[in-house]
Amino acid sequence: MNFNPSTVPPGRFFILLAVITGIAVTLGTVGWPGHEQPRQVVKDSKERKGAPDFELKDSSGKVVHLSDYKGKVVLLDFWATWCGPCGIEIPWFTDFQRKYKDRGFAVLGVSMDDNGWEDVKPFMAEKKINYRIVLGDQKTGDMYGGVEALPTTFMIDRDGRIASIHVGLVDKKEFDDAIQKLL
Amino acid sequence: MRFRSCFKVLLFTATAALFAQMAPQMKIAPQPTVKVKRGAPATITLKVSLPAGFHANSDKPTDPNLIPLSLKWTGGPLQGAAITYPKPQLEEYGFTGGKKISVVTGDFDLVTKFKVPAGAATGPAAETGTLRYQACNNRMCFAPKNVPVNVTVSVE
Repeated sequence: MNFNPSTVPPGRFFILLAVITGIAVTLGTVGWPGHEQPRQVVKDSKERKGAPDFELKDSSGKVVHLSDYKGKVVLLDFWATWCGPCGIEIPWFTDFQRKYKDRGFAVLGVSMDDNGWEDVKPFMAEKKINYRIVLGDQKTGDMYGGVEALPTTFMIDRDGRIASIHVGLVDKKEFDDAIQKLL
Repeated sequence: MRFRSCFKVLLFTATAALFAQMAPQMKIAPQPTVKVKRGAPATITLKVSLPAGFHANSDKPTDPNLIPLSLKWTGGPLQGAAITYPKPQLEEYGFTGGKKISVVTGDFDLVTKFKVPAGAATGPAAETGTLRYQACNNRMCFAPKNVPVNVTVSVE
């Protein structure tokens, strides 16, 4: 189909453009009705880039490197105690940790809370988090391309490469499918 | 030709908007100079707006982990700030597990009543502060932000 905008009467042309822009802005902010984001597939092995290594401390003060997890499938979750959608996903991740830890899988949570352990430790106890949490910062987020929205979750394969990225709340099955593909 | 160029620009804008998940900016409308009299009460009304599709926690969130909307006046000749926050809405979102949370959306006012000291210097002065908020949409949340507030008052 050939569409030549210059043949459309000006008044109707701008009304059409205003409608297109309005729909696009609405969908861009609130998401597609019924299914807000296409399901994230796990990338082909040759398309995966290495996950940046970092050095952060966990709740017992121990230094943790992402490279410590080489050989395992890692679900790396950027989250915060003030993030409601993060709170929905955390029980799923606790379940995955319990279900798959003996198959070479680990969840690693990176808290972006400015108040640090003062806020995070009570939250961990309340939610009965059974996986390791480290405290992240702006620098850590920048290493991963700038983590603007929470939750942002990276699935990392056994070779330390990023297999998929999930921004915002997704469904549990999407994560479970990705984990099973990588294990 | 002009229409073709406009079409291309607007098509690009629409496409960018469709896929953008940028952090929302809470904006304070430019404020005209507020005239105040020494020894008298004064009111500053901030006109605040949040883009459609986003919400920010109200000044009294339902969950203690949530970061409240908070205005703090930190500098200037006026004293005794008493802030009236907007009436919140109770809304349910995809991540609230069937519960309603206390939020602000769209356009709202933040009203502060002050006292002008009897001995305040006359002439223009800056009344400054910070508005802190934390916003989300239906699926994700964005880091808390601080918006500088700067209102010119003219003391008479």
